Amino acid sequence: MKRRFFGYFLSIFVLVMIVPLIIGCSKRTSAKSSKSIIIWHWMTDRDQTFQELAKRYEEQTGMEVKFELYAPSDVYTQKVRAAAQTNNLPDIYGILGESQDISIFVSAGYVPDMTPYLDENDAKWRNTFFYESLETNEFKKNNRSNIEPGIYGIPIDVTNIQLLYNKDIFKKAGLDPENPPQTWEELLEAGAKIREAGFAPFVAGFGEIWLINSLTSCFAINLMGYEKFENTIKGDVPYNDPDWIKIFSLFEEMSNKNFFISGIVSMVNKQGERYFAQEDAAITYNGSWSVNVYKGMNPKLDYGTMLPPKINPENPVMIQGGAGSSFFINSRSKKRDAAVAFLKWITAKEQQIFLAEKTNNLPSNKNTFEGGADSLLAEFVDDMDKMFHPQTMDFYEHTRVLEKIAKGIQAIIIEKKTPTQVADEVQALKKSLMKK
Amino acid sequence: MDTLEVKQKLFHKLKIGNFSFVLPAIIIFSLFNVYPLFLILKLSFFEWNGISPLDQAKFIGIKHFIEIFTNDKLWWQSVWHAGIITILALTIQNVLALLLAMAVDRGIRGGNIYRVIFFLPPVLSGIVIGLIWQWIYNGHHGLLNHLFTFLGITRFENMAWLADPDTALYSVAIIHMWRGFGWGFIILLAGLQSIDSQLYEAAEVDGAETWHKFIHITCPLMMPVFILVSILTILGTMQIYDLIVSMTNGGPEYYTEVPITRILASMRGENRFGYACARGLVFGAMLLILSMIQIKVSKHMQKDL
Repeated sequence: MKRRFFGYFLSIFVLVMIVPLIIGCSKRTSAKSSKSIIIWHWMTDRDQTFQELAKRYEEQTGMEVKFELYAPSDVYTQKVRAAAQTNNLPDIYGILGESQDISIFVSAGYVPDMTPYLDENDAKWRNTFFYESLETNEFKKNNRSNIEPGIYGIPIDVTNIQLLYNKDIFKKAGLDPENPPQTWEELLEAGAKIREAGFAPFVAGFGEIWLINSLTSCFAINLMGYEKFENTIKGDVPYNDPDWIKIFSLFEEMSNKNFFISGIVSMVNKQGERYFAQEDAAITYNGSWSVNVYKGMNPKLDYGTMLPPKINPENPVMIQGGAGSSFFINSRSKKRDAAVAFLKWITAKEQQIFLAEKTNNLPSNKNTFEGGADSLLAEFVDDMDKMFHPQTMDFYEHTRVLEKIAKGIQAIIIEKKTPTQVADEVQALKKSLMKK
Repeated sequence: MDTLEVKQKLFHKLKIGNFSFVLPAIIIFSLFNVYPLFLILKLSFFEWNGISPLDQAKFIGIKHFIEIFTNDKLWWQSVWHAGIITILALTIQNVLALLLAMAVDRGIRGGNIYRVIFFLPPVLSGIVIGLIWQWIYNGHHGLLNHLFTFLGITRFENMAWLADPDTALYSVAIIHMWRGFGWGFIILLAGLQSIDSQLYEAAEVDGAETWHKFIHITCPLMMPVFILVSILTILGTMQIYDLIVSMTNGGPEYYTEVPITRILASMRGENRFGYACARGLVFGAMLLILSMIQIKVSKHMQKDL
């Protein structure tokens, strides 16, 4: 009796242990049916629109598309990494991160080169995209990661980051809302007037490293020129060069002139967005995706875009931008052709118009706005020719250096370090990393 | 077959039977605790980006550990920050929890309500608590600054508590203590209630004062509970993460960075999984040593009492 009992117990236990393992280890790279493809994404705000597009695609082609949302982005990143390690990636997925992250996926063999597909039929598909959006997912010849040159991701939208200003606050401060400041001096003057009118001049998520780095890059490119900026990353120009010290000093000057909202250095972007939407601050630095965010937070918000101020009139002002969200195909997917066909479909004009209308993101298809667009989105699109993206450079900066720059600027703003001190510290770190 | 042989056979059968009951726990524990620990140990000797197949990882020996101990100022700074919060939690938080637990133990009116109120913060999500307090501490519209202004203290108008390096860490520490206090309170209260009231009554008959009763009855009998609460406080506080992420994200500059944020920074930001594992191991070893010292010291103190 006892023996039988133990026998049953052990059998049940083995079952309980083994079944989840088998389920857990089973491949989910493709759906069971050959008539369906799986896409993983993190874009909570676009999920409903994606589901609608999937339904339309199934009606048109008979192919079922399953969009699976994993949010927030941290969770998504972890899921994709774990799936890559266990060879469980879906047919199509997004990679969150910088070009280093993409290069790791490519070199590990998880992402195929999309160039042959883009160049089919006299590059018909390639020519539908804004050039800059493809460039973000491109590895050029002799790239630092030693990746085979090619375009590896397909952008479904584009983005750029600019200064945004509240027109109502500008009016209250006696400023012309149709002529926002263009130079550094004009910006600081406007800031003083805004402060006098009882508003904070500037808000942004300066607690987030990428946002500080992005604005710093814009200032740097304008002040020292693109070539010198690139040479710094390459290691030929030190970070304690007088031009860099001047860039760090700009933040000191802004801080001294009470330009920033209180607590800016530990503020995340979401918080910064809330303050701008609540009309507590007049100017912010944010991306084209924020059109949708502000619409949700305050539909009556009247604002416009303006380029970062001109510091050196001899160099052009450039803004950071490129592909917004991109999809990558799983090179081990058995439905690669079906996945490519779907990506071609979702980046076609009709679907891109639908996406832009529903999500207020800039479409990656340059033909989408032929016939007019939402005025704010059009303002962002107008400046596409001034875009740069760190990912399109031959060299990219080490994340530790980027962190040091951002944290250094935070220290300057809270008056804990001088621009020279920060410049020296960043250069010392850069030097030690270059040695390695 | 003689009786002894039968007995031995039965004993072995029973042994196997008993073992089969423990087996699931052993397998699950090995799979989800022992194996990952060995994997972490192994990875700490490798340079690995966390994405490439593991066989592409490069063996580098103890280089990561050398870097941690000789060239990672930020790491030790983050350990120091967590240490400050831990010291504050060990003292202020636990003393307050003990005082309130003693008050409730005396049967004050509404004791059950206090229990619920004090235990509310620990059951809330750290991220939610962080976001709420971030709003309270806010320099622009913060409730705290409004309260100060209301009380006529204008010094703190526009003071951004979480963005000032002099106040950021302590502001987070206060919230951590506010949140963790409920745990200590409940455990200490349970400990106090397990003490036989006759001991106090006997001491009162002998003319003992409140202080003497506390020193000679409460403290010795509560020592195991004190040890437990202290270890839980140290382990919980040193691993603080959710409040930091939701309130300061490690800033301003590096003023509120803690070990877990640095481990994640090397894992996610720099794609250095091997280094993150090495940091994790060093951190784990530190906590283990700390706990062992604490147990030893506490046992020694218990003997003295």
